[in-house]
Amino acid sequence: MMKEIGHALASDLDGAFPTVVEEMGTKIYWGLRRLSGNHQEAEDLTQETFIRAYQALSGYDRARIRGMNLQPWMWTIALNLGRNHLRDRSRRPTYVELIETGKPDPELPDGQAWDRRLSHLNGHQKMAVVLRHVVGMGIGDIAESTGRPEGTVKADIHRGLARLKQIIEEEA
Amino acid sequence: MSIETELADLVGGLPDGMTEDVALGTGLADGYDLYESAIGHVAVTFNPKGVSSVDIADKAFEDRFVDRFGRKLIRAEPPSAWGRHIPAAIEAGRPGKLPVDLRSVTTFQADVLHRTATIPKGEVRPYAWLAHEVDRPGAVRAAGSAVARNPIPLIIPCHRVVRTDGHIGNYSLGGPGIKHDLLEHEGAHPDWLEGLASKHIRLQGNTSTKIYCHPTCHAIRRSKPENVVDFRSLDEAKNSGFRPCELCRPC
Repeated sequence: MMKEIGHALASDLDGAFPTVVEEMGTKIYWGLRRLSGNHQEAEDLTQETFIRAYQALSGYDRARIRGMNLQPWMWTIALNLGRNHLRDRSRRPTYVELIETGKPDPELPDGQAWDRRLSHLNGHQKMAVVLRHVVGMGIGDIAESTGRPEGTVKADIHRGLARLKQIIEEEA
Repeated sequence: MSIETELADLVGGLPDGMTEDVALGTGLADGYDLYESAIGHVAVTFNPKGVSSVDIADKAFEDRFVDRFGRKLIRAEPPSAWGRHIPAAIEAGRPGKLPVDLRSVTTFQADVLHRTATIPKGEVRPYAWLAHEVDRPGAVRAAGSAVARNPIPLIIPCHRVVRTDGHIGNYSLGGPGIKHDLLEHEGAHPDWLEGLASKHIRLQGNTSTKIYCHPTCHAIRRSKPENVVDFRSLDEAKNSGFRPCELCRPC
């Protein structure tokens, strides 16, 4: 699927980009949602990730786009934006925005419970667990987007899951 | 259920409006909103580069936009950095602090339109003046096409550009009647201008200062009526010992 999108982007960036938003937006939003624990923040970051990605892709030639590993590349942007966002929570994007029509928060029934559990993990563990099990990325891709060695990512996931298990047992 | 399975289930749908917000932010679509103007409701479109078009807000304006610009249109709020200046720019007939997106026209046409934007409210200039102002005195017809292609009428006040013979001429945003009404609204007295044009009067001079102007220039309009003389051409003004006004730079 990612490979097909990459090829479509390489031949027609403007035409294929909306498909990228449709195909990848859900996972990026829900990954960021669990990482930030906040709808507005996850929505803003997802939007900005795509805008930055589009701007970057506009400057790349076809061969480079075709050869890209899109998912970890996109997550590198998202995680960087997330870190900058933490530094300056007051900032608002200056882009054209839809008129607020009271857009609903699409939160899931178990979302808040999981945010509470995830908040007990350290930052690296939380990120590794969310990227692996919510977003569904492979270890290699997670290592690429977080800039951490694969072995460390594996250990983070292992420890994170163990901690979650413990938390759930304590709840019961 | 295992923890892994429960985590994998924590993915819902794409939030409402995400696709549209990204389309607006990347510039793949323009936003639009409706505004009041002297000629009724107008649709103003915008993107991160600036205001991209102004059109009559009728049922077909979205189709006309897509045909001309090849981008989608989404109802939206303009960028917070300059969106609040839109009503004032429409009222003044001048972009002021508004960035304008003129990517849809050539560099020459954009030069002509930027120059058009400097014509004061209540005044008019002929096409030949625009060609002179952009240092292409021979390109009068091309200057006319540039004005006709103005994507941002009202804010870039192409209604203040008249035919070189002084007649009001046509207007892309609804025809000559609308242009007449707009000029009337701005105090440029279109009926008086038509009268001068039919008498072939193109310039007016002040006998006390010996300066000649375009008839709507505020310098000549402030002159005492008994001091104002009419000229049919530049040569006539020059041969009578008059020099050109530095404000309206008649040509």
